[in-house]
Amino acid sequence: MLDQRPQGSATAAGLIIKIGVLAVVAALAVWAAMPLIAAEAWWGLALEAAVVAVVFYVYLQRRAIQLKYLVPGTLLLIAFQILPVVLTIGTSFSNYGDGHRVDKEQATEAIIAAGVQQTPGGATYLLAVGESAAGELTLLLTDEADGSTWAGTEEGLTELDGATVDATGRVTAAPDYTVWTLAELGERQGELTELAVPTGPESGIKVQGLSAFEGHSTRSYDEGCDCITDTATGTVWHADDETGSFLTEDGQAALVGWRVNIGADNYLAVLTDPDIRGPFLGIFAWNVMFAAGSVLLTFAIGLGTAMALNKPDMRGTKVYRTIMILPYAMPSFAMLLVWAQMFNRDFGLVNDLFNLNVNWYGGTWSARAMVLIANTWLGWPYMFLISLGALQALPSDSLEAARIDGATGVTAFRKITLPLLLIALTPLLISSFAFNFNNFNAIELLSGGHPFGAGDAVGGTDLLITYAFRQAFGSSSADYGFASAISVFIFLIVATISAVMFRFTRNQEDVYA
Amino acid sequence: MTVPVKRPGRHPFAKWAGDTGWRHLVALAVLAFGLVPIVYVISAAFNPNGTLSSTSLLPTGFSLSNFEKLFTEPNVPFGQWFLNSLVIAVPAAFISIFISSLAAYAFSRFRFKGRRPMLLFLLLIQMFPAFLAVVALYLIFGTIGDFYPVAGLNTKLGLMLVYMGGALGVSTWLMKGFFDTIPKELDEAATIDGAGHAQIFFGMVLPLAAPIIAISGILAFVGTMNDFILASLFLTDRPEMTLAVGLKTLTAENSPASYFGIFAAGTLLTSVLTVAVFMSLQRYIVSGLTGGAVKG
Repeated sequence: MLDQRPQGSATAAGLIIKIGVLAVVAALAVWAAMPLIAAEAWWGLALEAAVVAVVFYVYLQRRAIQLKYLVPGTLLLIAFQILPVVLTIGTSFSNYGDGHRVDKEQATEAIIAAGVQQTPGGATYLLAVGESAAGELTLLLTDEADGSTWAGTEEGLTELDGATVDATGRVTAAPDYTVWTLAELGERQGELTELAVPTGPESGIKVQGLSAFEGHSTRSYDEGCDCITDTATGTVWHADDETGSFLTEDGQAALVGWRVNIGADNYLAVLTDPDIRGPFLGIFAWNVMFAAGSVLLTFAIGLGTAMALNKPDMRGTKVYRTIMILPYAMPSFAMLLVWAQMFNRDFGLVNDLFNLNVNWYGGTWSARAMVLIANTWLGWPYMFLISLGALQALPSDSLEAARIDGATGVTAFRKITLPLLLIALTPLLISSFAFNFNNFNAIELLSGGHPFGAGDAVGGTDLLITYAFRQAFGSSSADYGFASAISVFIFLIVATISAVMFRFTRNQEDVYA
Repeated sequence: MTVPVKRPGRHPFAKWAGDTGWRHLVALAVLAFGLVPIVYVISAAFNPNGTLSSTSLLPTGFSLSNFEKLFTEPNVPFGQWFLNSLVIAVPAAFISIFISSLAAYAFSRFRFKGRRPMLLFLLLIQMFPAFLAVVALYLIFGTIGDFYPVAGLNTKLGLMLVYMGGALGVSTWLMKGFFDTIPKELDEAATIDGAGHAQIFFGMVLPLAAPIIAISGILAFVGTMNDFILASLFLTDRPEMTLAVGLKTLTAENSPASYFGIFAAGTLLTSVLTVAVFMSLQRYIVSGLTGGAVKG
């Protein structure tokens, strides 16, 4: 065995490369440690030190050679695949989302800040509003006194660097934010009324029209009753640690709440809440249909074409094959967008070519037919390539024997060719199923989930993944907890289906071997 | 190979039609389906009006104005998008394939504790693709950005890290399957000649595995180019966008109708790149895909 032979850096060049790589690692480690030390993030620093120690140990030891090959991928795997999965599962048990983004202390501050009344002589700001990529609203403020720019959220005020301002000093663009136009600012004032930026225990910044002011709050927090009292209106909000909200006597929640663990509520909502259960089952059924339909259609066309071209002495096969790869080689995101235009009711090519007048996006089933057609177009060349390869790799003696026994044409295909092919191709068909089950691009770029019924949150062509994505990042309020729960659902479904299918093929293979 | 079937006096054309003719028919029918959208894009890209309503399957006019606008319109930083896509996809594909091949070598050539569970785990984690965890990735990179602004949200490096995080996975399996077919006797011979494990890997296994490396590299590259969900979340500033995110904005409902031609021209230029990659590595693709297929 290889791993038992005496080890040593065989050449001087190898040794130099090794020293060089480790030197780079050390340099990176020092660079990475600086911000952690500056922020006094000792846990982060300990973690970093541990990672670096592992890397050095692995590349300086000589016993477990395989680790030298496994460590880079494993580190990336842990950081960017396993950790996100763990975090997703964690989030799925919380109420994290709009209205529940911050911790309790910050929520308290934000509610107090919302009761701010302008005090004479307090700072005033020119207002712009930016949306972070996560959809969190941020006040982009320009101090009218000295022109400095600030970013304020319900968590507090931070200095804003690199902002572009117009002649009056108002922020018009800022890194990491999509800035509202003045027109939008007018239209969406309603979303800002309860948004306030805490600046101290009982002071904050509040929006008024196109500007904002700093002042003192009429609200205060009392630790004894764990409640917030507004002296101006007499309202009292009591903290409810179960739901992470401050509630008034009659059960009205203050707009800002905090993150709490809500157990399996997000999962239970899918099973018990009729408003969610019905649409969810509908999406699930269509999701399975879409994935299975895509695999079947692409495989049927791909295999049929491969059968037709699997004849060595036929002329033109090479040309055909080259052209057939084209749809596979075209960038799929762009072609999905092209298909979306081709299904345009008035000017689209499909209606034009077949003299139809179908409103493809209008009806549920026409939209579903549309995404299946386009997705089949994208997928069949892959099926063609793998079918052709598998056909050519079939043991010719089985086919010969079948022919001698008198099996020809359809019988030979059904009894010999197809079973042999399926053994080779089932793993790929399963991964194709899993891929299409989560084919976010196909739905998002083609139909965007349309058609939507009036007031429905769920579209006729929505898959679970597009539905979850809209819950988290759509235009309505974000619900990360629920979106994460759906992600976990999707994972469980795909993993189960795959496991069952893999077991099934394993059995098949045993019979074959 | 000819089958002795009694069919006396069969017309040669009937024989040709039965043997080969139907094959051509099938191929042509499928080609028609396959080529229509592509021809349509070409026609739209050269259409002087550039609107959807004035575009037909076969070009009615010829003009390069759409291509010109692609590079001159200040609102359409196509060159920048193209560059962004390349700057992200090429290194991400190279690095992840390299890392993946390292792991595949370990799985193929060494026997160690936890080897099988790890391989199975790689299959399992594939069922949870990165974009299912977008919320978590968003949180993680928000935190990373607090400490290291170069790799946080809205940075190319951050997005690349996410793509590279998926390095170990299907491609590791594909490559391991291929490495398994390279005879171990070769390794042993090289060892006797004094080669270390690194020399065997870089000098022998990697070059021999060129086909599978090529196909994995292409799939990783194309997958990254086509990613929309992560890129749209990570890169929100217009000049920072990738092709997928940028071109989508050209077909958005609030874009002018004449942008369809510009979009088609952009699509065409993007596909020149991917089609060239595919065509130049065509022979590898067929053998690579089926290598993975047959060996699982």
